[in-house]
Amino acid sequence: MHIPDGFLDAKTAMATAGLAAGGLAIALRQVRRQLPRRKIPLLGLAAAFVFAAQMLNFPVAGGTSGHFVGGVLTAVLLGPSAAVVVLASVLIVQCFLFADGGVTALGANVFNMGLIGGVVGYAIYRLVRRVSPGTRGVVMAAAFAAWCSTVLAAIVCAGELALSGTVAWPVAFPAMANVHMLIGIGEGVITALVIVAIARARPELLEQSVGEHADPGFGTVLVFGLVISFGLALFVAPFACSWPDGLDKVAKTLGFEHRAAGQPLLHSPIPVYQLPGVSSAAVATALAGAIGTVVVFALAFLLARLLVPGPAADRN
Amino acid sequence: MRHDFLDRYSRIDSPIHRLPAGTKLAIAVAIVLATALTPISVPVYFGVLGIFLVIVAVASRISPLFLAKRLILLEPFVLGVAGLALLQPNGGRVFAMIVIKSTLCLFTMILLSNTTPFAAVVSVLRRIHFPDLLTTTLALMVRYLSVLVDEAERMHRARASRTFVRNRRRLWKTLGTVIGQLFVRSTERAERIHAAMCSRGWK
Repeated sequence: MHIPDGFLDAKTAMATAGLAAGGLAIALRQVRRQLPRRKIPLLGLAAAFVFAAQMLNFPVAGGTSGHFVGGVLTAVLLGPSAAVVVLASVLIVQCFLFADGGVTALGANVFNMGLIGGVVGYAIYRLVRRVSPGTRGVVMAAAFAAWCSTVLAAIVCAGELALSGTVAWPVAFPAMANVHMLIGIGEGVITALVIVAIARARPELLEQSVGEHADPGFGTVLVFGLVISFGLALFVAPFACSWPDGLDKVAKTLGFEHRAAGQPLLHSPIPVYQLPGVSSAAVATALAGAIGTVVVFALAFLLARLLVPGPAADRN
Repeated sequence: MRHDFLDRYSRIDSPIHRLPAGTKLAIAVAIVLATALTPISVPVYFGVLGIFLVIVAVASRISPLFLAKRLILLEPFVLGVAGLALLQPNGGRVFAMIVIKSTLCLFTMILLSNTTPFAAVVSVLRRIHFPDLLTTTLALMVRYLSVLVDEAERMHRARASRTFVRNRRRLWKTLGTVIGQLFVRSTERAERIHAAMCSRGWK
């Protein structure tokens, strides 16, 4: 999902750079205020850890392999602000040392993977944690949040590409969202497995990190929320607003196929999630995404039950 | 593993390597900004830039084979996203444009990273008053990157020598355990580093 140079135009690059810089500034301020000084080296090591972990591939169906991004994992282990700093560092190093991800797209990449992965992922994690307590809850919430943040980051990425005029929204959105709905499953499973492994090896590490960032503070939540919703409003909302219009078109297509034939509707290039009877790829993807969210929530619940033994064993 | 597996040629000697890091960083960023952000469609510009980059590459005495390999390694990401542009009307022009622009930017950054050690980039960032916390994190990250990659490699080798069957379900579970272990070890190493930094007078 690393956007290379040449894919974003000047306005999108500047908007994303501004948002990413703002988000990073808040994260840095928050970390400086809350993180004990003895933990500052941990930020660098965690960044190196994320980079090294990203080099370990896992097999995805069809001979290809994906790798793990680790936004939600970092946020669960270190807290959202530290996660933003860590992920931004990883992206900066990947950009300047490895030429992976463009310089002009650095802002977009930090926004998509750092802020969406770290902060929105963490917010989803906290919401789900409220429903289910214990280690099992941590595993389930992290897996679900990892999937959601992967898909959301892909959607925002599609929005940025569309806003730049590089790839039109009806093409970019279904392609990015569909692929990342699959990749997100891998991300969720790996996140869950890693958390279980850490809980088994050093349970106090997990408990300490889960308890430590109990309250990020109202101001921080507010500013983070503002930055992210501004980004979503900028990159996704202009296109999402046309969804009712898309539905309208679908109704027309279903009702008067012969008349609607004059209006070319773009079809999904990857019709994995195409629902029968719905011909607009974007609408189908949105619907599939909504259904997928519910399914993945159930899967995360099952995964947590499978990986973590019952609450009785949990207490020892 | 070699400690400089990412920027193998960044410490050799050449006229390009001897230029100050700040200058190289500024030029590279300027080239990337001009190429990626301005809607230039003059073939002359791309041609001139391409020739300039090739001259720099030759002057920097980096193995052409290495540069080509690095470029081929990174090009699939570009082609993958650019391929989406082909699916829309008038996509061919957009596709060609993006691929040319991205490849030139990619080549610029590969040259930068292999002529300038990252530590020098971090010190430039320090000089232009990047947030201290971020530069410290970047410096530590780059210093310990190869250590952690080595650690991951050792764990991988240990695992490979003990399991004879590659079972799919097992594979995922082992990967989770390896990454989890890697995190635990990073945390422990961070504690040791902190103690070492304190004993050397880090406030």
